[in-house]
Amino acid sequence: MQDAAQKRQAIANQDTQRQVKSLRLDLDDIDRALINHLQDGLDLVEEPYRAIAKAFHLSQPELFERIQRLLDLGIFSRFGPMFDADKMGGKFCLCAIKVPWERYDDVTDIVNAHEEVAHNYKRDHILNMWFVIGSDREGAIEEVARKIEAESGLEVLLFPKEREFFISLKIEV
Amino acid sequence: MLDAVDRQIVTALQAGMPLTTRPWLDLALDLGLAESEILSRLKAMKEDGIIRRVAAVPNHYKLGVTANGMSVWNVEDAFVDELGAQIGALKFVSHCYRRPRALPDWPYNLFAMIHGSTRDEVAEKAKIIEDLTRDKCDGWDILYSSAILKKTGLRLAKR
Repeated sequence: MQDAAQKRQAIANQDTQRQVKSLRLDLDDIDRALINHLQDGLDLVEEPYRAIAKAFHLSQPELFERIQRLLDLGIFSRFGPMFDADKMGGKFCLCAIKVPWERYDDVTDIVNAHEEVAHNYKRDHILNMWFVIGSDREGAIEEVARKIEAESGLEVLLFPKEREFFISLKIEV
Repeated sequence: MLDAVDRQIVTALQAGMPLTTRPWLDLALDLGLAESEILSRLKAMKEDGIIRRVAAVPNHYKLGVTANGMSVWNVEDAFVDELGAQIGALKFVSHCYRRPRALPDWPYNLFAMIHGSTRDEVAEKAKIIEDLTRDKCDGWDILYSSAILKKTGLRLAKR
């Protein structure tokens, strides 16, 4: 396990260097400061962007342009209220599939086509596709998992959380 | 729980909020509600924890945090909660969950997401967890993600 992991690491490190380098070209200091600041949250007021624009010495349209650009670049995957699915009566469930590599793209399309699939990650393991089904509809998780099984002909393993210990991560750039 | 109007607001905001000087007014006009009602409902949802915060969700990969390791641990059931709490409190662990095993393929019952800029960094951090779990752990692994195939967050179906 560790040997293979080391080999994978060497490859990944090269990828990382490349990505970081290309990223640095695109962002100025204001962008970087905005990325850090905007992860902390806006106040719920009539003009939520006013204070941020002022703090960064930008006009509001300039701020919108920068946020939109960060969204377009995919640096932000979204911008807005972050909802807690559990508190809305929703449930999330981690799922995994052992996908034959020659069918990987097709199975990705099958899984991603479901609106309830919130995230999907390719991982280096026999269980090589890991995704999260989230919904506030009763029974939706099992239903979507069974649909994916029917559409793909592959078994979907469910890993519901039994207990949550901690959630937090802020990325500083 | 959400009533029909809350649900309408949540559904409208799932893809993100307007980038305009009065985003809640623009949303209100779209939904045929008053700006003040949108704001008071959003505040109530924040109070109830339904809204965690109003913020940007970054893409780890694009920010150079490309080594995203799902470390998984097969620990003795009697110690899983105690170890989960200790591991979850580590600064480099973003999520930590107890989950069921799926034998025979999947013996692991504790999941801890470790983030770093390189896999070396993630592997080093996993060593710290290994030290914590040493005599209570019967095998572990790190699953690295090599691509994000989808990331949209929860979408409520429109009703």
